[in-house]
Amino acid sequence: MVPSEAGAVAAPRRGLSWRDLGGAIRLESLVVLVLLCLALSLLSPYFLSVANALNILLATSVIGILGFASTFVIASAGIDLSLGSVLGFGGVVGALAVNVLGLPWPFGIVLGLAAGAFCGLINGLLVALAGIPAFIVTLGMLGVARGAALVLTGGQPIYGLPAPLVWLGQGRPFGVPVPAILFLALAAVTHFLLSRTRFGKYALVIGDNENAARATGIHVARLRIGLYTLSGLLAGLAGLLFAARVNSGDPTAGISYELTAITAAILGGSNLFGGRASVVGTLIGALIMGVLQNGLNLLAVSSFYQQMAIGSVLVLAVWLDQWNRSRGRA
Amino acid sequence: MTPLLELVDVRKKFGAVEALRGVSFALAPGEVLALLGDNGAGKSTLMKTITGIHRASAGRILFAGADLASHDPGQIRALGVEMIYQDLALARQQDVASNIFLGREPTRRFLGLPLHVIDRARIEREAEAMIRRLGARVPSVRYRVGDLSGGQQQSVAIARALTFAPKLVIMDEPTAALAVREVEHVLELVRELKRQGIAVILISHRLTDVFAVCDRAIVLRQGRTVADERVAETSMNTIVAHIVGAG
Ligand SMILES: Nc1ncnc2c1ncn2[C@@H]1O[C@H](COP(=O)(O)OP(=O)(O)O)[C@@H](O)[C@H]1O
Ligand SMILES: [Mg+2]
Repeated sequence: MVPSEAGAVAAPRRGLSWRDLGGAIRLESLVVLVLLCLALSLLSPYFLSVANALNILLATSVIGILGFASTFVIASAGIDLSLGSVLGFGGVVGALAVNVLGLPWPFGIVLGLAAGAFCGLINGLLVALAGIPAFIVTLGMLGVARGAALVLTGGQPIYGLPAPLVWLGQGRPFGVPVPAILFLALAAVTHFLLSRTRFGKYALVIGDNENAARATGIHVARLRIGLYTLSGLLAGLAGLLFAARVNSGDPTAGISYELTAITAAILGGSNLFGGRASVVGTLIGALIMGVLQNGLNLLAVSSFYQQMAIGSVLVLAVWLDQWNRSRGRA
Repeated sequence: MTPLLELVDVRKKFGAVEALRGVSFALAPGEVLALLGDNGAGKSTLMKTITGIHRASAGRILFAGADLASHDPGQIRALGVEMIYQDLALARQQDVASNIFLGREPTRRFLGLPLHVIDRARIEREAEAMIRRLGARVPSVRYRVGDLSGGQQQSVAIARALTFAPKLVIMDEPTAALAVREVEHVLELVRELKRQGIAVILISHRLTDVFAVCDRAIVLRQGRTVADERVAETSMNTIVAHIVGAG
């Protein structure tokens, strides 16, 4: 447009670009995962086997799906603390629909998903339209959804689901657990959504600079509502898988799972303050958590210590990230 | 000639603060207008009311015959109004190409399915062409904007404003943070836009710049228009007197 200095546009830098895998993966997290696996292979003779690998995938699936949910919300500089409670609520609603109301099993799935999405929608409306901080809104939902699950069930698990639902949690076509398959399939779908579509791009942009998003015509409120609804929907799905695996709708399912899910996303390189996030990164982060838990189990470390380990890893991951960025290489 | 942009008694309140107390003016197609005034006079607020970031509390804003009251920022951009914001409004963790196409990403069908994905290849191609045409010194459109210098970031904001054939380009203090050579570049750009018949509203504290490129100057004081003069028929002293309120 302006005729001046000849355009000195250098050839695009390609090199070791992780763009195709989501751009935001921290190489360190992959290294940590590999080192962790190496260490555990040496420490335990049971670690390195196909059966144990499938176990890890199965055990990571529910947390991992919550991790994908938190990846989108964290991308937008939000946070969803209600994931674990919404998981419990979704599972209970699904179980009630088939077990108490006697509806056919597909209704259990649809109602469980709808219950999760509904919680997310309420979160989104309160964050985007009422302008209440996400931390407060979802902390409130953490209490409300858990309470609702307890009220609906009288505090008791609802045992016994129809065979097709149980298969979702316990089936093993070709020896591979169904939740593990769904987990990896969801990783692909949500990765696609975050890295290739406008919805994903805009989630990152509103987390990066909300004013820039608004100035360029992005519908910030509408997008936020969509993000929290997606988060709730995924939590509902995780709840159904959880219920299917234990063959019951347990109102106490998923307590404090949001902690692990957020940790997985941060470990995977998502920026807690928004603008940078990757589903593949979260997948690696969730696997780190899963491998860690599996290893501690194999080494017969008490689950109380495991909780301490998860909490420590979360703080360590954020601290490392901040340290990295203060050295100017975000 | 019918005006391109017409403001009629535009008012804006932020709670109890009256930032705009009745601003009226018209802008012809291709005209270059300076918007002057002390800090806090309401210049940025007025421009953000035109681009739809703020909604006017009263008054009317017409652009190419359309009443902007019912339009959101995206629709106003689509009508041909672009603004280079004082803080640039860039997403620092996104790369140059993404920032230039922000809010307007072309999409394509994914594997022929009814799934629309961002056409990344086209965005990079066109962003690169735009950067080259502007002669901007940005090493690659794949660089993250946060890693660029202030002048380079400015170029990205300018490229975004010019990529979609605008009819009006608003610049909010575009030269405030620039080195002398870069300032000259921006002024040359304003002249080039004028040659192409694109209207410009330039907010600047540098009166020499204003007198170098603008046709007309409007002075705001405490949310009111206190002067509206042809640059060729006034002097810097007169303008300064209007700005500080001695006129
Ligand atoms: N979002 C806002 N909320 C409240 N007051 C604002 C807001 N934006 C601007 N103002 C007030 O409006 C007045 C005009 O500000 P502004 O338009 O930024 O002035 P200028 O750009 O001329 O320096 C100031 O008193 C400022 O404090
Ligand atoms: Mg200003």
